[in-house]
Amino acid sequence: MHAEAAIREPLILGHKTYHDITNDIVGPIENKAPRGWYILTTIAGLIAAYGTGCILYLISKGIGVWGLNKTVDWAWDITNFVWWVGIGHAGTLISAVLLLFRQRWRMAINRSAEAMTIFAVIMAATFPGIHMGRIWMAYWVFPLPNQFGSLWVNFNSPLLWDVFAISTYFSVSLVFWYIGLIPDFATIRDRLTKPAWKKAYSILSFGWTGNAKAWTRFEEVSLVLAGIATPLVFSVHSVVSMDFATSIVPGWHTTIFPPYFVAGAVFSGFAMVQTLLLVMRKVMHLEAYITKKHVEYMNIVIIVTGSIVGVAYITELFISWYSGVEYESYAFINRATGPYWWAYWAMMTCNVISPQVFWFRKLRRHLGFTFFMSIVVNIGMWFERFVIIVTSLHRDYLPSSWTMFHPTWVDVGVFLGTIGIFFTLYLLFARYFPVLALNEVKSILKTSGESYKNEAAAHHHH
Amino acid sequence: MANKVIYAVYEDPEQLKDGARKLVSNGIKVKDTFSPFPIHGIDPIIGVKRTRLGIAAFMYGITGTCLATLGIWYFNVFDWPMDIGGKPNWHYYQNVPAFIPVTFEFTVLCAAHGMALTYLIRNKTLPGMPARNPDPRSTDDKFIIEVRTGDNHGHSAEEITGLLRTTAVFEINERQY
Repeated sequence: MHAEAAIREPLILGHKTYHDITNDIVGPIENKAPRGWYILTTIAGLIAAYGTGCILYLISKGIGVWGLNKTVDWAWDITNFVWWVGIGHAGTLISAVLLLFRQRWRMAINRSAEAMTIFAVIMAATFPGIHMGRIWMAYWVFPLPNQFGSLWVNFNSPLLWDVFAISTYFSVSLVFWYIGLIPDFATIRDRLTKPAWKKAYSILSFGWTGNAKAWTRFEEVSLVLAGIATPLVFSVHSVVSMDFATSIVPGWHTTIFPPYFVAGAVFSGFAMVQTLLLVMRKVMHLEAYITKKHVEYMNIVIIVTGSIVGVAYITELFISWYSGVEYESYAFINRATGPYWWAYWAMMTCNVISPQVFWFRKLRRHLGFTFFMSIVVNIGMWFERFVIIVTSLHRDYLPSSWTMFHPTWVDVGVFLGTIGIFFTLYLLFARYFPVLALNEVKSILKTSGESYKNEAAAHHHH
Repeated sequence: MANKVIYAVYEDPEQLKDGARKLVSNGIKVKDTFSPFPIHGIDPIIGVKRTRLGIAAFMYGITGTCLATLGIWYFNVFDWPMDIGGKPNWHYYQNVPAFIPVTFEFTVLCAAHGMALTYLIRNKTLPGMPARNPDPRSTDDKFIIEVRTGDNHGHSAEEITGLLRTTAVFEINERQY
């Protein structure tokens, strides 16, 4: 059996058996949901309903009800799109990249991070969809034979690359997630006694048996999907950044965008994972599985990616001066000192300065502080996209066209609505799905579980 | 004599592996094992061959690359060469850098979904399929070896269970089939 160094902190606390893990994860699905769940789901559901109303209003009236104007023709819509796609990056990073690096701590968090990814990508995809105005024509983004003769989509355009990137990313993440869920659904199926529920989980588990060959295939599929999902994650946000970088708008036209966007995506994604997991571990009593060490690991990822983002901001600033292009220089001076200075400095404070406090071990392991910081980072990353998009557009080459962007209640309603829909989906997931990859957690119990590690250490000393 | 199927239930994957080794070294064929998570190293003991799903994924991926290349060539070069900013798509090779992202995404799309579908079909796991694990505890905390007397004509059921009792087995169940 694979042994683990005694000085590594255990990943499963206390004395757990395989059966305890099943009880701890499946128990909350069998029992009645706590009152808090109903309250939270009602709040999220109401916000989701309001947001859906706003979206329907937008579709029926047209995108003129947003605050867009002739100069600022991309604003909150694309900001929200990039923000949600970015959040969606942590799930696949945790499940694919960390799998390739054999990081065992991913096993307690990958399931909920992947769920978060899927819901975030759904929210992201909503925005380009409704931004089209006539959403019933959305299928025009695909190269389909049509009655207009030789009219095809343009494969030179990053906007089309994005269609392929996002749809591939969404569907591959969904399949990756579901393949991992099948054995866990089987565990629930074999445990439940109420016939209707047993039947439901029986259908969800696809008749999983858990024989030797099935597990061999399972591991092969996980590894290969991780291998191809890894370049996929990096490609998706690179392509999103190229929606901007291949244009000639000052402030967008920079080659640093792809790595800078990817780092920012991982940064905000991990922050959202922290926001969700810190609440879930408390409400669902998962303290033994999602430990302070897990939180610390994620905070380390946050500080690394946050620093990359900081370096990227400063590089951008330097290059705008060093390039000698006055339009570029102005774009950046305007960001920092123009009418949107508050957005720029909110971004700088939240993303560059504040995560540096995680150099202190005490703060890195402090749950309440981590929760607070995760919100700060998410606010900062929303402002980053807002700054890139709106401050670049509102003052470009032609001063007579310079203007400001003012969001309307529909802008606000649609954005809040996506947050509501996201949390509704996540709460439903937390209620009916196994929130930890329980079979994966079982596989590390005897090497990374606290009591087993202590036993092994005791054996060594005698 | 009716054929019997013997299920040896273990509480730990390492103990199951020791049990399987003992059976195999005594010339008894192990039909299968059932476990709540993968038992690393069981495949060579009971003679499970390496899966070829990886090769399948590669084939699906190559198919995706070819389809994407062919499609992009047809749409944007052959059928209607678009002229964007004075840079017409007269030849595929002139524009190939701009075609890489979609080609890559489509390769991943085909490889991932082709592999996932093949995996589900080969495992006989599709919506509505019946579960075939012998004991519901095998998805919770028990690790089970299945031995069939029909596969082991030289050995009686008593001999096999006797041998299993010398291992760290938790319980032994027998069934007719």
